[in-house]
Amino acid sequence: MSTITVYVPRDSAALAAGADRVARCIAKEAAARGLMLELVRNGSRGMFWLEPLVEVNTPAGRMAYGPVTPDDVAGLFDAGFLTGGKHPLALGPTEDIPYLKKQERLTFSRMGITDPVSLTDYQAYEGFAGLRRALALAPEEIVQQVLDSGLRGRGGAAFPAGIKGKTVLGTVAAQKYIVCNADEGDSGTFSDRMTMEGDPFMLIEGMTIAGLATGATQGYIYVRSEYPHAIATLNEAIRVAEAAGFLGDNILRSGKRFSLAVRKGAGSYVCGEETALLESLEGKRGIVRAKPPLPAIEGLFGQPTLINNVITLASVPLILARGAAFYRDYGVGRSRGTLPMQLAGNIKYGGLVEKAFGVTLRELLYDYGGGSASGRPIKAVQVGGPLGAYLPESKWDLPLDYEAYAAVGGTVGHGGIVVHDDTADLSKLARYAMEFCALESCGKCTPCRIGSTRGVEVIDKIRGNQNRPQQVMLLRDLCDTMVHGSLCAMGGMTPFPVLSALDHFPQDFGIEAPDRKAA
Amino acid sequence: MATEQIGRTMKQEQARQGQHDADALAAVQRILQLHANEPGALLPILHDVQDALGYIPAHAVPVIAEAQNLSRAEVHGVVTYYHHFRSEPAGRHVIQICRAEACQSMGADALLAHAELRLGCGAHGTTSDGAFTLEPAFCLGLCASSPAMTLDDQPHARVTPKAFDALLAQAEGGRA
Repeated sequence: MSTITVYVPRDSAALAAGADRVARCIAKEAAARGLMLELVRNGSRGMFWLEPLVEVNTPAGRMAYGPVTPDDVAGLFDAGFLTGGKHPLALGPTEDIPYLKKQERLTFSRMGITDPVSLTDYQAYEGFAGLRRALALAPEEIVQQVLDSGLRGRGGAAFPAGIKGKTVLGTVAAQKYIVCNADEGDSGTFSDRMTMEGDPFMLIEGMTIAGLATGATQGYIYVRSEYPHAIATLNEAIRVAEAAGFLGDNILRSGKRFSLAVRKGAGSYVCGEETALLESLEGKRGIVRAKPPLPAIEGLFGQPTLINNVITLASVPLILARGAAFYRDYGVGRSRGTLPMQLAGNIKYGGLVEKAFGVTLRELLYDYGGGSASGRPIKAVQVGGPLGAYLPESKWDLPLDYEAYAAVGGTVGHGGIVVHDDTADLSKLARYAMEFCALESCGKCTPCRIGSTRGVEVIDKIRGNQNRPQQVMLLRDLCDTMVHGSLCAMGGMTPFPVLSALDHFPQDFGIEAPDRKAA
Repeated sequence: MATEQIGRTMKQEQARQGQHDADALAAVQRILQLHANEPGALLPILHDVQDALGYIPAHAVPVIAEAQNLSRAEVHGVVTYYHHFRSEPAGRHVIQICRAEACQSMGADALLAHAELRLGCGAHGTTSDGAFTLEPAFCLGLCASSPAMTLDDQPHARVTPKAFDALLAQAEGGRA
């Protein structure tokens, strides 16, 4: 009899739901029953309402059970779950769960399927095919592939990834760097975390290819300190990749070299801004730099630096393996490929939904999300993190793409979607946006540093009905100054949630009708 | 470690403190040597010091500054800029409760208020018995499992006030 494999995820969201205890119970129960099984700690499939989601491989494919608690384990054995037996928690073949089946998983194709630190698993699912292809290409050809794919920065700024790479390649220097921005601080986002915890080799491969493309030989992954499990998994994966010759002085005996190190952030949101991140990597306070010079020309330690978000770099291996056209054929307009979107907050079925650009928010909220978790009507949806706009129902049918969202004063950002039900007070959330900016501002530019504090005060006056009409005008004026006068997106985009709340939910500010036509 | 010395007499405490400071500086020196040739090593050094000692003692700052060829002001500036670094020891257990939007939408404000009441200390505070330090966090990446918190770096999802109390009791062996 072949060994049965049982999968219990090691993703933080599964651990938070008790996956470690479930794994221990399964091992103990199997031993007590004299059963041989291999327990694999896989990544998460990204269906967090089902975590811990336990899977078993059977001749009919992988069968899912969830959410499993330690108390369910003995019953699962009794029901014969090791052979796909019937049980109240049985979900059938994992791949057939509609939430997964309807997705277009390109970047997340291996997520939850493999053991994150197994090179065998990774390579069984196309892993390192992109790197092998890149090793046979000239740097210019690799950059051209990324350019042709239409890939844009997935951190939020949506700058064409190939252009950055081309600039770094074209800048002559003795030392160049690849920096991965894994300072995923936006509320409602966890796709970077899932990638680092669930498929770290994909990021390692993407960064190595970026090194080959630009002539950079040293890479840094800057991970926020709130992600200890991601840091541990990345460090383990880097050790494994080095030992197997995928990293180091002689990558796959090509004579090319690339080394990688993980650096831990220290709880500063603004370090997600690329120049502040570089300052932090240099051992300084995370203060935003004025641009130019661009990091691609003068970045880390003054050297040419390609700095990209986790998902951007993790998309590169597939583009190389399958070709630029394959990736470009997904998406709409100038938003090519797919975006791993994250359904979060007050949502019934929260999790990771990777779809081509062009999907609507309504589809995501109801077809995937199943409405609010509280069962109450959804009132506002914040797309794109703390600096993203609050969108009312009238905007939920827009195609999710960078340009369509920019046109209504919103942002796709890093693909975070935070749902609020009708108990939410948007004036309170607007106040929070200013409060957060005041707390996290690096302090370099005045509109952000002072403006955010004044913003909290002005919103307090509006909420307290002190000279309300004048204060609303003042708030708009202040937001205008912040948008146009701030050095980076921290101060420059904090007005997005504030103004969208004011425009779309004026009643929450005690204003009867919009005092200006809603944007 | 300093946090374990609560309850000793003053005199013993002073003698111990001198020895403790010397031990701490020796640990800092070892960490500095480890990172001697690393470019931009200040954050990794501070992390290692905090991991080893539980905080970054004031008397370690000039030592770190000298080794890194920085001014004391520069090192102090970095320590105080980042929320993660602490200049005072924390409690025996550190609780982080997420305050960001996704968790707010599922009752994070109420959870934080419950925690403050239960622990008898505010955000950034430590309980009078030194057992728990309460920190607000701005996103733990568990936004589809809100409200979320961590206890000594271990994540917990969909935390109710009751679940919070159970975690406290578990952490302090029923004493909390």
